[in-house]
Amino acid sequence: GVNPDLASERQTASFSVEKLTAWLDGGAEHTRIRRAVVEAIQSDPIFSRENQYFQSQNERYEAAVRKAVHLQKKMREMGWTENGPEYKYIYRALSGDVALLLQRVFKRSISVLGSEKQIAKWIPLATQYQIIGSYAQTELGHGTYLQGLETTAVFDVSTQEFILNTPTVSAMKWWPGDMGRSATHTVVFAQLYIHGKCYGVHPFIVQIRSLQDHSLCPGVTAGDIGPKMSFEHADNGYLMLQKVRVPRENMLNKFCEVQPDGTYVTRGSEKINYFPMTTVRISIISDEVIIPLMKACTIAIRYSVVRRQSKLKPGEQEAKILDYQTQQEKLLPQLAAAYAFHFINNYLQELLDRGYREIQRKNFEPLPELHAFSSGFKAMVTQYCTSAVEICLRACGGHGYSLLSGLPSLYTKILASCIYEGENTVLLLQTARFLIKCFMAASAGQPIPPSVAYLAAVNAGKCPAKNKLDFLRPDIYTEAYRHTAVRLISSVVAKLQDLIHSGVKKYDAWNQCTVQLVQAAKAHCHYISVVNFAETVEKLETKPDIQKIMKHLCDLFALHGIFSNAGVFLHDEYISGAQMDVATASYLDLLAVIRKDAVPLVDAFDFTDKTLNSALGSYDGQVYQRLYEWAQKSPTNKQISPSYEKYLKPLLHNTLSKL
Amino acid sequence: EALVLNDPDFQHEDLNFLSRSQRYEQAIRKSALMVMKLREYGIADPEEIYWFKSFVHRGRPEPLDLHLGMFLPTLLTQATPEQQDRFFMPAWNLEIIGTYAQTEMGHGTHLRGLETTATYDPATQEFILNSPTVTSIKWWPGGLGKTSNHAIVLAQLYTQGQCKGLHAFIVPIRQLGTHEPLPGITVGDIGPKFGYDEMDNGYLKMDNFRIPRENMLMKYAQVEPDGTYVKPLSDKLTYGTMVFIRSLIVGDSARSLSRACTIAIRYSAVRHQSELKPGEPEPQILDYQTQQYKLFPLLATAYAFHFVGAYIKDTYRRISGDINEGDLSELPELHALTAGLKAFTSWTANAGIEECRMACGGHGYSRCSGIPDIYVTFTPSCTYEGENTVMMLQTARFLVKSYTQVSSGQEVTGMVSYLNDLPRQRIQPQHVAARSVRINEPLSLVEAYKARAARLVEAAAKNLQAELNLRKSKEDAWNRTSVDLVRASEAHCHYVIVKLFAAKLSEISNAAVRAVLTELCLLYALYGISKNTGDFLQAGILTEAQSTQVYQQVKELLAALRPNAVALADAFDFHDVHLGSVLGRYDGNVYENMFEWAKKSPLNQKEVHESFHKHLKPMQAKL
Repeated sequence: GVNPDLASERQTASFSVEKLTAWLDGGAEHTRIRRAVVEAIQSDPIFSRENQYFQSQNERYEAAVRKAVHLQKKMREMGWTENGPEYKYIYRALSGDVALLLQRVFKRSISVLGSEKQIAKWIPLATQYQIIGSYAQTELGHGTYLQGLETTAVFDVSTQEFILNTPTVSAMKWWPGDMGRSATHTVVFAQLYIHGKCYGVHPFIVQIRSLQDHSLCPGVTAGDIGPKMSFEHADNGYLMLQKVRVPRENMLNKFCEVQPDGTYVTRGSEKINYFPMTTVRISIISDEVIIPLMKACTIAIRYSVVRRQSKLKPGEQEAKILDYQTQQEKLLPQLAAAYAFHFINNYLQELLDRGYREIQRKNFEPLPELHAFSSGFKAMVTQYCTSAVEICLRACGGHGYSLLSGLPSLYTKILASCIYEGENTVLLLQTARFLIKCFMAASAGQPIPPSVAYLAAVNAGKCPAKNKLDFLRPDIYTEAYRHTAVRLISSVVAKLQDLIHSGVKKYDAWNQCTVQLVQAAKAHCHYISVVNFAETVEKLETKPDIQKIMKHLCDLFALHGIFSNAGVFLHDEYISGAQMDVATASYLDLLAVIRKDAVPLVDAFDFTDKTLNSALGSYDGQVYQRLYEWAQKSPTNKQISPSYEKYLKPLLHNTLSKL
Repeated sequence: EALVLNDPDFQHEDLNFLSRSQRYEQAIRKSALMVMKLREYGIADPEEIYWFKSFVHRGRPEPLDLHLGMFLPTLLTQATPEQQDRFFMPAWNLEIIGTYAQTEMGHGTHLRGLETTATYDPATQEFILNSPTVTSIKWWPGGLGKTSNHAIVLAQLYTQGQCKGLHAFIVPIRQLGTHEPLPGITVGDIGPKFGYDEMDNGYLKMDNFRIPRENMLMKYAQVEPDGTYVKPLSDKLTYGTMVFIRSLIVGDSARSLSRACTIAIRYSAVRHQSELKPGEPEPQILDYQTQQYKLFPLLATAYAFHFVGAYIKDTYRRISGDINEGDLSELPELHALTAGLKAFTSWTANAGIEECRMACGGHGYSRCSGIPDIYVTFTPSCTYEGENTVMMLQTARFLVKSYTQVSSGQEVTGMVSYLNDLPRQRIQPQHVAARSVRINEPLSLVEAYKARAARLVEAAAKNLQAELNLRKSKEDAWNRTSVDLVRASEAHCHYVIVKLFAAKLSEISNAAVRAVLTELCLLYALYGISKNTGDFLQAGILTEAQSTQVYQQVKELLAALRPNAVALADAFDFHDVHLGSVLGRYDGNVYENMFEWAKKSPLNQKEVHESFHKHLKPMQAKL
């Protein structure tokens, strides 16, 4: 049965959990499909993750390969296809613990960057798993800054081949997934040289392992890069190429081509090269970042109503830890953020779909905006959610530290997202560059994209809030965020101009302002998140119960941001000291209100126990029983420890003679 | 140090490539060896043992930690002379390996909630130990899972039908000779954790397990043969041990953060990336302002925490002298201060280590950077020895008490004496303070932090009073103010740290060292202000113009510290073996050594992994 401490939380829900779930999924039909996919996968023992926490790196890798292979069979059995409605839920159902994920990236880069002919040749091979692909961009010494890559591809006119080379240790490809042990082919990014002239970084398809016995091809050195903080199941690899020759046709040539005589031709916009990165950044926000935060919130909040500690009132039972204001202040803002970012993800998807339609019509205008938004939000959301998951982990005390809580693995995995697909600081600076351009354009009276139109609006006055209720008005707090974002952007523009006028070189001035630029870019993303949340709530008028609780969460998200960044809002006295005290009081009051619906709000994320894979977060709240039974299955308890016979016994019995 | 490093017995494969069982085995092997070598070399001084141990285990936990750190000391302080005769020498000779079993599955920081019972049976003169529920199973004690054969168990004592509260009992749990659990004892390992792979944290369940009356530690409280309970004289004394352990955590915060900073700063000097100036080679990433902004404030923090750690250790030594002479007057303040500083420093260091790791980009995520290991080993200190939020609230209780004393006209002393100024300040307009802060003078910044702490303590105390006026329950009012109370404690701790750092500067005789440490001290203080400008602006301690200057000054300090950054990290003097990091190597030969390291990975042991033959090949054949 369900632990009564958890059951009682569900009886007092102010809304229907099932309806909220359906709304989050985008309709009841989606919920139905998702549940069917999850059920089909989780009822199959090959996909079980029960022993995941006990396995070594080798075992995890083998299980992940086995799952990847089994998944192909499963998909055929179930009739799921890559374009079907089920596809996007498969990854969620597997919780990512599966190999050969790079096959998709490999195929996508060929589809986007390859010619029709290349697509026709490679995509069927990859779809049939005749070849296994990877994507080799990052090098040991070079990451986010693509122009710095050192791998070379020299065109040899006489044989019509490219000769790929790794000239230094730091030029070795390092980190690509599936490359250490699995891949047979990979897309290698290398500096193209023709007749001694460098044409910059281009993609080449390179075979690295034999299709017969999987041994490495001549000139290729590849292997696993060793243990990481997480991703034990993935064989992130290294790759060294020594005079490896590939035919001329293996350079992906939709946008630029080397002709047989060595003539270099480009077509289309160079900026299109960024488009695949933009889509990847947006796609990781949902699967790799928001879902882990939702899971962490589910685990921490359910556990916090089961765990009792100390007494709130003398003579009473020990209190649920979620009844402590400090615990609420740790967890509930993270829950609000999970919702806020779920909605931001919808916003970004729409922006992307719109942009994609334009690009297909050969209109490349939306690219800079898309690039800036995907970069900024990737950075802001990954950073925010990573610390949020860590807060959840630490809010679970000692038991959170056990792998069986599920929280350490969520954390170690999500924190990689701050680095891959673009280091966050670098991304925020790219967003800042875009914002500054728009701000200057707006000042000069030129048109700017509607998403940043707020930069042009007049920026004056003071916050009009008079009491606690005023701070629950979206118009009041969104205006405070807008004011702050505009102030930060305009002041860094002024600073840059001052420096340049005083004779500082442009790039030096930029480096001297980077800390402020990062702050401004974050303020922009925060503002958009708050506005978007408020607008989402407004559209909910047909669902009054859900609208009410979402409004509370929106208020909490906004006020938490003001509370945690008080200095920025107080700076020009837009919000006065006295108002800040009122805002804080309003914020703390909200905690007690949302507390009542905390468990239903996480139930609505609708994770199965198998998905959570957590002793603390299960639906029935039988935390301690589960922890005890699961621990007994640990390999350390199954076998007799060899340490006793080998070391402890001599220590215990013969010490005196040896001392 | 050299003794351990040159001893071939202490060498082993890189721990990153070993499974949990193997890591446990290595740790046990080294611990057993260590004990023998300590005797061989005749090392007995606790300080020397500590260094020897930290070099053998390279700063990691080991299965005998609780035997050495808790079991033996508890015997010394709480056992009667007869009990010491029975247990101490066997324990010293490791015929008995013990652990300390306090925490239960359902109960942690709130000790009174523990459920394990020890019921006295006068008929046989025995205690009957029981774990009545699942939540009462002892859970987490280190060395309990596989290593120990005895445990000191904390249980609720029942005698003559009455509960007498928590007491400590020596409980044998495994058969000497076979190491099998004794009948009535269920014991095992609690499974894998975030870190602490080498430690067999364990569980212990007791079913009507009987031990002789003489196994209760009876130096203070006693149970006589007929079951009569004799009360202990004072219960404040147990605070002493807690203060001691928490003060160690402050030192550990400093060390762990210093290690992470050393790695990140050295690597940032080796790593080149992107362009600062068009056409020039890629610069060291440490030349980017954003990178300096991530790392230098942490470097300053590491230094600050070193001084705080040293201060607490000294104060503890001084006060424990007083305690032995029966003077307990300073204990409450020290207790409150260490609770808060334990929480403040461990939270800050925890976040700081993560920032260092992220500042190393992708390679920071590889285990070869060493930072993941520092993090997972350090992060539980936010929880153990008192959960941090609970610690902050204990400090707050002391602060509110002091505030109330001041309000009723009494003077307070020690670190909280700034509260004495509050009534006077109320007469003066606040902006006077604002004009007087000089942002280039450490002592003036100490005053600013002091004013902030005073303001936040006062605000929390007033909010608490307002809640008390609204509702009857004291506890409710406290709970509804607890977020404010934690903020007040944080401000208090922050002030103490800035004050100690600033005070340290005058003790430095070497002018060059003093100059660079003054920059670090200013950076620590100003960065803290820039991160909490809200507090300083709201209280009128700083003007808006000053807060802009603070920000500017922080950036100038970053540039000023840049040439000394590596030297300041080197000064922590961590040996490469101790750092355990390819990125943080003293010689900076990062990339070659990463490649060498990776080749040893278990996944690389065969050229073609067996998964290819088992799964991939059949799939390719079938599709």
